[in-house]
Amino acid sequence: MWNYLKEIFSGGYSLLVGMWITLRHTFRRPVTVQYPYESLKMPARYRGHIQLVFDAATGQPKCVACMACARACPSNCISLEGHKPEGATRRVVSKYTLDFTSCSLCGLCVESCSFDALEFSKDYNLAATKKDEYVMDLMKQAQGKQEK
Amino acid sequence: MSLSHEFIMGLVRLTLYVVGLIAFAAFNAAYLSLCERKVPAWFQLRYGPKEVGPFGLLQPVADGVKLLTKQLLVQKGSDVLLFKLAPVMVITPAIMCLAVIPFSETLGARNINLGLLAIFSFSAIHVLGTMLGGWASYNKYASIAAARVVAQNIAYEIPLLLVIVALVMVTRTFNLHEIVAQQAGAFWHWNIFRLQASPLMPLAFLIFFTCMLAESNRAPFDMIEAESELVAGAFTEYSGMGFGLFFIAEYANIVVGCSLATVLFLGGWHCPFGLLPGLHWFMIKMYVLCFAVIWVRWSFPRTQFYGLLNLSWKFLIPLAFVHLMLTAVMLKLA
Repeated sequence: MWNYLKEIFSGGYSLLVGMWITLRHTFRRPVTVQYPYESLKMPARYRGHIQLVFDAATGQPKCVACMACARACPSNCISLEGHKPEGATRRVVSKYTLDFTSCSLCGLCVESCSFDALEFSKDYNLAATKKDEYVMDLMKQAQGKQEK
Repeated sequence: MSLSHEFIMGLVRLTLYVVGLIAFAAFNAAYLSLCERKVPAWFQLRYGPKEVGPFGLLQPVADGVKLLTKQLLVQKGSDVLLFKLAPVMVITPAIMCLAVIPFSETLGARNINLGLLAIFSFSAIHVLGTMLGGWASYNKYASIAAARVVAQNIAYEIPLLLVIVALVMVTRTFNLHEIVAQQAGAFWHWNIFRLQASPLMPLAFLIFFTCMLAESNRAPFDMIEAESELVAGAFTEYSGMGFGLFFIAEYANIVVGCSLATVLFLGGWHCPFGLLPGLHWFMIKMYVLCFAVIWVRWSFPRTQFYGLLNLSWKFLIPLAFVHLMLTAVMLKLA
């Protein structure tokens, strides 16, 4: 008999606790991010596809086309060309292509770069309808971003 | 000539009430289903539907259009007549129950002496409808649900009726208008606080509310739908508006149950402080109870079947009996 009453009261109490919790949550702010209209800022260590880093002073890419990244890449998805302009002390990159279809975001290219010329971008909206759109011309992308 | 005038007026009144009650049931089904999505969204720190119309207010219209455009499929091997009859058998009694409920002193389709009895006779039919629907579906999940609905509703009809019997012993009438009229005045005149009749009255209200949840097959007692165990239970084979009718009936049953709780225990159209009695107080109390129904659903997980039967046979029925005995003794002593 004692257990019976105890069960009623402890059961009833636990039900009240449950209802109190849900009621309290009613007045909290929703945590939903309304995705197409608003999006979260990616954290600093987010690893998107790579992009070129620009020198703030000259406005040119820091890359000297040493090919270290292309050699480090295990899936051979980086191809780049560079040249040495007349009178310049170092080479500059003229074409930098990333084949994102085979990139595994391992980051060995960023690690191998001795000039801090590569970084992970924070882009994650990367849906496309054609395969060609994933062969990215990073020079063009970077210039587009600079203009923005 | 005056007779025919009365006849015509009676016909007009009848038509208006029938249309009005069906519209009321459908409107409640539409917007309670929106609440059913909005309220848990608040509980779970989400927004809920908000794209269709301002604040998602047109969502029920979109849902309705979706249901109407779907094909009504009939499973091969099912009992076609029963299969098509079942949704009608579920929704009709729910709307018929609304006919005897007094919404205010003057608003109520029929003021009959056996109103309370009428509600309980009609509301027993929807069990049969659900069972036939499940049985006629020719589907093992639906058959299991059909068996469950009978066991569940028999188990919960008993404490429900015991509580009602005790209440009727106190009020000495089956007439819902009179029951509300007896509770006139401030809130301590309501039946839920009629402690001089039986000190267990608030408990009786809780038993009534629990049984009402179980009778209208609402979570945590939604054993007949139980989507995580039985696909959709008795409604597995129903599509389009066949399912839609069950859906409307579920909310109509909630409205009937909450209205009845308001009438029997919470003083109907009377104001808690004795001011301005009227329809609005009835609606406020009814919708607060409807909110509680949704609140309970989204706070607790579904019970297991033996837990459901244990709760009824081991707790609710003995407690309802104690309440009944106590009421009888108190009546005799008074």
